[in-house]
Amino acid sequence: MADTNRAVEKLQGNFEASIVEVKQDRGDWIVTVKKESIIDVLAFLKRECRFDMLTDVTAIDYLGKSSDRFMMVYQLTSVPFKDRLRIKAPVTEADCSIGSATQVYASAGWLEREVYDLFGIKFDKHPDLRRILMTPDWEGHPLRKDYPLQGPDREPYKGRLS
Amino acid sequence: MGVNQSLGGNVTVTSLDKLVNWVRKSSIWPMTFGLACCAIEMMATGASHNDLDRFGIIFRASPRQSDCIIIAGTVTKKMLPVIKTVYEQMPEPKWVVAMGACACSGGIFDTYSVVQGIDEALPVDVYIPGCPPRPEALLYGLMKLQDKIMGESGSFGSVFGLGDRVSTV
Amino acid sequence: MANNEIMTINMGPQHPSTHGVLRMVIELDGENILKIDPDIGYLHRGVEKLSEHRTYHQTLPLTDRLDYLAPMSNNLGYILAVEKLLGIEVPERAQTIRIIMTELTRLKSHLVWLACHALDIGAMTVFIYAFRERETIMETYELISGARMTSNFYRAGGLSQDVPPEFEKKVREFIATMPGYIDTYEGLLTTNPIWVKRTVGNGVISAEDATDIGITGPALRGSGVDFDLRRDIPYAGYESYKFEVPVGKECDTFDRYKVRLIEMRESCKIINQAFERLKPGPVLADSPQVCYPPKDSVYNSIEGLIHHFKIASEGYKVPEGEVYMGIEAPKGELGFYIVSDGSSKPYRMRIRPPSFVNLQAIEKMAKGSMVADLVAIIGTLDIVLGEIDR
Repeated sequence: MADTNRAVEKLQGNFEASIVEVKQDRGDWIVTVKKESIIDVLAFLKRECRFDMLTDVTAIDYLGKSSDRFMMVYQLTSVPFKDRLRIKAPVTEADCSIGSATQVYASAGWLEREVYDLFGIKFDKHPDLRRILMTPDWEGHPLRKDYPLQGPDREPYKGRLS
Repeated sequence: MGVNQSLGGNVTVTSLDKLVNWVRKSSIWPMTFGLACCAIEMMATGASHNDLDRFGIIFRASPRQSDCIIIAGTVTKKMLPVIKTVYEQMPEPKWVVAMGACACSGGIFDTYSVVQGIDEALPVDVYIPGCPPRPEALLYGLMKLQDKIMGESGSFGSVFGLGDRVSTV
Repeated sequence: MANNEIMTINMGPQHPSTHGVLRMVIELDGENILKIDPDIGYLHRGVEKLSEHRTYHQTLPLTDRLDYLAPMSNNLGYILAVEKLLGIEVPERAQTIRIIMTELTRLKSHLVWLACHALDIGAMTVFIYAFRERETIMETYELISGARMTSNFYRAGGLSQDVPPEFEKKVREFIATMPGYIDTYEGLLTTNPIWVKRTVGNGVISAEDATDIGITGPALRGSGVDFDLRRDIPYAGYESYKFEVPVGKECDTFDRYKVRLIEMRESCKIINQAFERLKPGPVLADSPQVCYPPKDSVYNSIEGLIHHFKIASEGYKVPEGEVYMGIEAPKGELGFYIVSDGSSKPYRMRIRPPSFVNLQAIEKMAKGSMVADLVAIIGTLDIVLGEIDR
């Protein structure tokens, strides 16, 4: 944990203006940054703090709970230092796009395609932004909170479980 | 005059339908088409312990060579056109076995992307419940299919256009 | 003679060697692969969306069906994430049984990998042998959980029930014979000229590329990166077990094969160590807000009945927060990222599937190789479509 702290301090030193929040939740360090600087932050972490693996890219839909509807989540792992760091960046519904991490990590390719497919967040400068899980002609983005569980064309099941 | 030689011990009298049915049920060739978890149990049924070969059931990799399709797993909306194509490529006569809760009814995946049962698209002959069904259940289901094949009438004539193949079970 | 026609062929989703419903569009120049575009999603069941509509308890069976070759690993990853959110301690005995079952699951998953990988390359005997051994593990699953595959055995705070008395004898006997079986597989494959020709130098990916693409698990270690979450970011008590982490050198299919076989031997060692410290005791934490009370108390006391009713009807409430829990599943890093809003249902559950990220590497690994080697590359990546598509 100590080393992640160092990474967080380094980030605070270099990206003073773009950091929105730094917090620790159950041992995990979480840094929220502005979406404009996400690529710079990731590149800095890879270069200076040796977070050489982007483990996961995903998003959360805070429909009606937050003014910025989406929150991008990046899980970073450092193989040499054996620790993790989570970077988050809010994305609004009106400007539903963010820079693509493929510029820094190759692993972002498919992970961002999945986020695009299921949340509809666009990634600028992504080399191959297509749907990945759903069919190319699918309408809507299933993991958004306003997308019904059983799909828009079915009468929702009113049973105990739904 | 006529035939005065009695029939020997290795001769039997039967209807052509029954003969054809017996041949068909003794060499069901299902397609190797695993969709999800059930496919693993299907593999386990085909492998050492349970050994489907002793029923004459041999998995074929091509739909053109098979006469039975075991829908082993969850059918999604993206997958359904593929299954239909594969089914249409199979020559007649052909049978469909829905293996597992997902193939029977959608199972626990009542979601936007899952077809709620393969019977929305294909005529299912045998439903095998379970999540996933045990190899014994699959064996039992396939034996039920054999019974069903045995009970068919018109199997011989329908090949050259005399009547239709009708299932009586 | 020279004909530069490029042919595009379709492989899958109905193809016996794609390990499920993977589809690939391949551009070929003769037999050489120029470009490969995997098409996934044929088994997308919407587990992440579905879990937002289920309680934490009801989500557990969904995790069984992700990587259906290793259900208890998925259970463990999910349950550890929920326990991290809840902040509850697991009794010693439950912890140890979890380790035993998770390592047995690793054996089981690697056995299917070996069976299918060998079958794809043409060694059918290994398939029959490996499934024979796997059957014993399935029986163990059935013994303790009642189901052969979809175990659904762990609970937040411990296990659903204690293991029966014959469990230890059965597993110990199996583990005693397993190294001999692994010798048999090695005897059939390691020096087999066909196997060597098909795997050595096939599907090479360098350590830098592998890390950059995010490959984890045996595929990463086969490329020479010494990283195992069980040892490096320990969870579930792995820090107190002694085991070797095998690492490959040549970054090819053969090295990944060697790494997985050594891992199977190490799993046997871990299980033996776990049995040494298996002591009688409770298998469920004493936390009435989360864990079901014992049946005796449900039938005979009003508090027990109320707790049972509350957990069964509305589920336990999980404090607000977000956690990421990554475990070393047989295929790589399986991560569960759960965001809780304080209710009894996850606000968002993200599953980080190892196969999904590993499969990305196929473009790099297969480019320039022959089309027949593609099945070896798919086999060595050890993918499961259930967790790729979710």
